[in-house]
Amino acid sequence: MDVKADHVIDARNSYCPGPLMEMIKAYKQAKVGEVISVYSTDAGTKKDAPAWIQKAGQELIGVFDRDGYYEIVMRKVK
Amino acid sequence: MSKTMSIVLASGTMDKIMAAGVITSGAVADGVDVNIFVTFWGLLKFRKNDNSINKLSYDGSEMSDIIMKKMSEKHIQGGIEMLRKAKEIGNVHVYGCALMSDVMDIKKDDLDPIVEDIIGVSQFVSMTEDSYNTLFI
Repeated sequence: MDVKADHVIDARNSYCPGPLMEMIKAYKQAKVGEVISVYSTDAGTKKDAPAWIQKAGQELIGVFDRDGYYEIVMRKVK
Repeated sequence: MSKTMSIVLASGTMDKIMAAGVITSGAVADGVDVNIFVTFWGLLKFRKNDNSINKLSYDGSEMSDIIMKKMSEKHIQGGIEMLRKAKEIGNVHVYGCALMSDVMDIKKDDLDPIVEDIIGVSQFVSMTEDSYNTLFI
């Protein structure tokens, strides 16, 4: 990933719906164009967060598997 | 105008309060506003410094010890904390039931600050007129 995140949320070891809530909170506070990265270990969020990003009409940069967790990266486009 | 969901939370067991918290979280994530009317056993658990025992409902009670242990190990958020988080990102309004408040001499200041007012049931029912669904938990 060559995109630098403006907001990094470490929501590892938090369970559904925690990481999604943290991501939406960051999204609400972010400016248009900013990138938000969420670290999570929760299985539900891996599906819920990309679905939310798509429904909200935002840009999903990617879901990246890391060592023992995964990272969801999105850009606020509007 | 966004959609509104209403919840009557009458139960005071952890699993039911958590269900209200989880559903409310999902709703605000989806842009849905939520009105919650907390009554009976539920209202008792919204008292500040509530010292009553946290327990699960009778359904599947043979599993209670295991579930309580796992929830504690994994630091699962309680239902009221979930509601607080949901309120940070969406429109969540929590009201205490006037009848139960009178029965138990509960004042607004005795309740968790997430409860914004004590209202009568007719006021709550009038709020549900604009809801696309109302859940009883």
